[in-house]
Amino acid sequence: MNKPIAVDDANFDQAILKSETPVLVDFWAPWCRPCIMAAPVLEELAEEYAGRITIAKLDVDQNARTAVKYGIMAIPNLIIFKHGKPTSQIVGYRPKAELKRELDAALE
Amino acid sequence: MNNEYEVIVIGGGPAGLTAGLYTSRARLSSLLIERGLVGGQIADAELVENFPGFPEGVSGPELGQLMNQQATKHGLNTIIAEVIGIELQGEKKVVMTTKGNFTAKAVIIASGSERRKLGIPGEEKFSGKGVSYCATCDAPFFKEKPVAVVGGGDAAITEALHLVKFVSRVIVIHRRDQLRATRILQEKAFSEPKIEFLWNTVVEEIEGEGTVKRLKLRQVITGEKSTLDVSGVFVSIGLTPGTDYLKGVLPLDAASYIITNERMGTEIPGIFAAGDIRLNSARQAITAAGDGATAAIYAEEFISQQPFTSLPSEV
Repeated sequence: MNKPIAVDDANFDQAILKSETPVLVDFWAPWCRPCIMAAPVLEELAEEYAGRITIAKLDVDQNARTAVKYGIMAIPNLIIFKHGKPTSQIVGYRPKAELKRELDAALE
Repeated sequence: MNNEYEVIVIGGGPAGLTAGLYTSRARLSSLLIERGLVGGQIADAELVENFPGFPEGVSGPELGQLMNQQATKHGLNTIIAEVIGIELQGEKKVVMTTKGNFTAKAVIIASGSERRKLGIPGEEKFSGKGVSYCATCDAPFFKEKPVAVVGGGDAAITEALHLVKFVSRVIVIHRRDQLRATRILQEKAFSEPKIEFLWNTVVEEIEGEGTVKRLKLRQVITGEKSTLDVSGVFVSIGLTPGTDYLKGVLPLDAASYIITNERMGTEIPGIFAAGDIRLNSARQAITAAGDGATAAIYAEEFISQQPFTSLPSEV
């Protein structure tokens, strides 16, 4: 069972920016209800895209440095990184089908 | 998983959970389909003070959880999936979802509504860069900064009252000269020193460099234009029904709400609607719950073919 991985300020560079495969990072916080809503969808995506795309979660409350670096001012906020570079961003709760379209585009 | 039910309820807010409670207690096999988390919009409210039975108020998420527990205890099944469409196959209704197709004799649509956007230049561009639709999510990103709230209803004023805990000042921009919000919320807002009001004013454009810096405003009576420096703008100008998946299936009004009769029935026998998604809904948790109960009772009547009461027939 592939699950989203938790990342933080300390391991962000290693886990995300140096990743060989594309990574979708979910910037979230425990007070954000749409973030909690999105969690089961991200778990399903982690399973469906296992080995192709890594799904990661960063708690912006605990990891302000990374959140500020990427200009996060609204959550949920999903950024897809390829070879260390952000290639697309999705702000707000979105249906799974829409997230899949973004992930499929990242694989092309 | 079982794919055939007597009743399918779409949406897990107060309307859907109440409908599911009633159909489950009627011993109808019932499936509730929710796309995210049960509770609905009520779960965004920090404190719900107008749901009878909770004299001290109740937190929105807790109220949603309690409704869910109660319905589940009586046998309601729930899945997390998005509904893509509904199809009629003779008497059967097929509900197509991201987790496959489910069929039922009756369907109760209670999938609520979504935030309406301003539709002005800069809104899309700065979405997530200072433009927000969720104060409870994003208020902490604006610590000690000035922000605007656009709107004058319960949701807008509730957001303004939440924001004052974080930001330096809140400017409420409303296109009318008075608020639509409930009096008790107005009293709280008027006595809050961090909240200011700009009446008869609309936002015409959102400007910034990278992030939101200012709003271009127009006074609707005088036509006078001005700018307002803010770091964020919270849009709370009402809701729009989430009925895209129903186009071509059910008649909708011009604003896409579902038209129902007083039994929550739609033009298609066996398809009911309840709560905010319905034209002329009062948009309260308690009225949504009432709609859900009504829809469930008439769905049961539809399935059993036994008249519920000796009510006079519709005139």
